[in-house]
Amino acid sequence: MNRHRNHRRACLFAAIALVATATLAAAQTFSALRGPTPLDQEGQAPVMTPEQNSAQREARNYPEQPPLIPHSIEGYEVSIRGNKCLSCHARSRVRESQAPMISITHFSDRDGQFLASISPRRYFCTQCHVPQHGVQAPVANDFVDIDTLLPPSAKRQR
Amino acid sequence: MTPKQVSKPPLWRRALALALEIWGVLRRPGVVFSLGALVFAGFIAGVVFWGAFNTALELTNTEEFCTSCHEMRENVFAELKRTIHYSNRSGVRAHCPDCHVPHNWTNKIARKMQASKEVWGKLFGTISTREKFLDHRTELAQHEWARMKANDSLECRNCHSADSMDVTRQSPRAVDSHQRFLFTGQKTCIDCHKGIAHELPDMRNVPGWQ
Repeated sequence: MNRHRNHRRACLFAAIALVATATLAAAQTFSALRGPTPLDQEGQAPVMTPEQNSAQREARNYPEQPPLIPHSIEGYEVSIRGNKCLSCHARSRVRESQAPMISITHFSDRDGQFLASISPRRYFCTQCHVPQHGVQAPVANDFVDIDTLLPPSAKRQR
Repeated sequence: MTPKQVSKPPLWRRALALALEIWGVLRRPGVVFSLGALVFAGFIAGVVFWGAFNTALELTNTEEFCTSCHEMRENVFAELKRTIHYSNRSGVRAHCPDCHVPHNWTNKIARKMQASKEVWGKLFGTISTREKFLDHRTELAQHEWARMKANDSLECRNCHSADSMDVTRQSPRAVDSHQRFLFTGQKTCIDCHKGIAHELPDMRNVPGWQ
């Protein structure tokens, strides 16, 4: 009987210790992203900012990066019925719009067959290409691009 | 045995007799009222008729009227609510007739006469469900585009005029496009701004779209 009670007490202590540690850990882990607001309360949402709309092309951070959209795409419909992006960026539209043409890599289907126009798997532009907002990144990023990473001696003439 | 009733003449004959009697009164000169009283009464009646006509017309030119039918309310109006013409930074809302009916009186009456076909559509439930509407969407959108193309986007110009456009306050892309196509008269608003207040129909055969 006594042994049983001791066992229960030990279990209780263990549980309390576990919850306390978890709470502490949680407070430390999440405080970076969600701020000092307790988990059971709503924090204040950050102010919404408009999409950047300079139409100036940004450099890619790495060669394979899908180019960023340097303009607002608010209200642009990309659906089974139509694709607003293509009304400027399609091959046949570029002369009038003076917009960059979608890469011909986008004409290839998954079997490597080149089609006459954009492949269905590349149709939904915003799966890879995104507009930008003027906000601070919530988490610091120490990404170093290849030009910076390579020692000067390893760089060839570019 | 019931007494035999005197048979009345048929309804059309009685109606004709009544019409002839009214015509007889109308074609004779007035014997009770003076010409002045008749002209004045006619004038007052005209004012009342004109006021009532325009009030009724304006009543059918409101968002409440358009969205009183489920064909509009749960359909194209729901789509409009997500766009900048419904809610925006300046708090000006474009209501249904602002884009679908010209403000200019003559054009408005012409459009309203055209729109009487929509009453037929309502009565026979041509677009009574979302599915039926989507089946007709391409055709209906083509009608709107054709009208706006033909009248140089008159409905857009109810609010937006090229003369009052300050391009220095526009984004670089807008400046470029407006200067090259709008100000030179090469294109009209609807040529580029399709699907800005509602979802698009199937765009496959629309020029400039893929």
